[in-house]
Amino acid sequence: QKVSVEVLDHLEHLALVDFRDAEGVERLQKAIQFADQLHEVNTDGVEPMDSVLEDRCLYLREDDVTEGNCTKELLKNAREKVEEYFVAPPGNIPLPKLEERETFLQGS
Amino acid sequence: LAPWVPVVGLEIHAQISSNSKLFSGSQVQFAAPPNSLVSFFDASLPGTLPVLNRRCVEAAVMTGLALNCRINKKSLFDRKHYFYADLPAGYQITQQRVPIAVNGSLSYSLCIDNKMSQMVTKTVRIKQIQLEQDSGKSLHDDTRSQTLVDLNRAGVGLMEVVMEPDMCCGEEAAAAVRELQLILQTLGSSQAVMAEGQLRVDANVSVHHPGEPYGVRTEVKNINSIRFLAKAVDYEIQRQIEELENGGTILNETRAFDSKLGCTVPMRDKEGKQDYRFMPEPNLPPLILYDAKSLPANINHQQVVNIDWIHERLPDLPSVKRAKLVERYGILPEHSFTLLNEDGLTEFFENVVKQTQMKPKKVIGWILNDLLSYLKQHSLRVKESPVSSCLLADLLNLLEKKEISSTAAKQVFAELWKGERKTPLEIVKEKKLEVIQDQKELELICQAVIDGQENEVIVMVLG
Repeated sequence: QKVSVEVLDHLEHLALVDFRDAEGVERLQKAIQFADQLHEVNTDGVEPMDSVLEDRCLYLREDDVTEGNCTKELLKNAREKVEEYFVAPPGNIPLPKLEERETFLQGS
Repeated sequence: LAPWVPVVGLEIHAQISSNSKLFSGSQVQFAAPPNSLVSFFDASLPGTLPVLNRRCVEAAVMTGLALNCRINKKSLFDRKHYFYADLPAGYQITQQRVPIAVNGSLSYSLCIDNKMSQMVTKTVRIKQIQLEQDSGKSLHDDTRSQTLVDLNRAGVGLMEVVMEPDMCCGEEAAAAVRELQLILQTLGSSQAVMAEGQLRVDANVSVHHPGEPYGVRTEVKNINSIRFLAKAVDYEIQRQIEELENGGTILNETRAFDSKLGCTVPMRDKEGKQDYRFMPEPNLPPLILYDAKSLPANINHQQVVNIDWIHERLPDLPSVKRAKLVERYGILPEHSFTLLNEDGLTEFFENVVKQTQMKPKKVIGWILNDLLSYLKQHSLRVKESPVSSCLLADLLNLLEKKEISSTAAKQVFAELWKGERKTPLEIVKEKKLEVIQDQKELELICQAVIDGQENEVIVMVLG
């Protein structure tokens, strides 16, 4: 079962990844096939485990102020700043539609 | 023309009142220098991990209990992914699968026909309450085509309260939110001041014909006050009805309320349906809460949140406070609503009652009709009243002892309002407003009046 171009395009938009070439898509296919093996196990009536931490105790912190006040340090790596604000583009710049951008998926 | 049934649900985000953030130790404070209340975790720098703030858990449990919810002894954290400049991690930590509280209810009251005399009680179901992170703030600089990002708010704890679509109009939505606001403020779990962004409301609105399935719903955002909430909801209901009656369709979209124009407009920057790719938060184990029964023996109390302990310490909720006021003072239910609706008014009323012989049933009239209307006229809060509870009590005592008439009392009240620090007694003497008790003196006055109006007297005597 192949992953459709629509799904690949959708993933590229959502996660801003670039499958780049046939090898990238093939790797994805193989990863899905590998994970699909899980379906062979009968899990009826078994509670899913979503983390190996599930038996650990979730540590609760006291409500004290212990951090912050490091504006200079935080802004050190910012490419652009305006008076201690980070600068970002005006809004999300969406990935162009499939037909309009240069991507390996076009040919598929 | 077939009738329309409007359906309104609400998603309310209440900022938790705590010293530090939900998963980090940076301070929670409104209006501070940009990016000064931001830790490395809040800025999503690599190598940082979330550490849950106990106070935030307690706030959510308190709120859940006050809203009659079932508290989930085991709740989970998830990541909700989307890209935006004020969300540095690219995801928000929330509780999508198993939130901390579910299946509650909130009762609120409405006046029928705008008359305070007829109140009806309604209930809205609370679907769930979940803990989640707030995002930072974006300031849009359109002239320079850029967005300025301040992360002070990023990571502040929120309680998202989801109300089922049990409401049918702006008035109901507003009343429900007002009651929730009062509850949160009473609990102290959130200060819930809408103007400071501590309480944000999004409304989900749709219309349908009776007996038919629910219509397509729109989400309305950017509602900045309870008054605007009612307006926004009612506008959207009307807009949808008109659209459908003209043969149009409703898009499942997000719209913003424009308070200046009083209408909703489609929001820009919405790239179609969002896919949040929820996944369990891998860095946080499940949140386990205890009660008296399940509390383990040798436990570190700092590491335990005991639901029963919190339950026992819940303060009287607004509905209970109102019932107590009605019972104790013999006032009407609608009076108790007004008392609780104004910050400090209940205390003021009770202080006056303590210092006067006048019956509370009579005092309440002075509080609600005289004091409150003066305060409203001058846009003052109870705390700012130039007339203190002492002064008002003194005045009411004069009235109660029949040393002045009620008309005179109103005059004295108007004088007191000027805030010239005169006592009621001083004003009465100054303006000679004392009731004249002496029979002889009264006869002289009446005779003088009759003597001065001979013609009118003749007309009256002749019938």
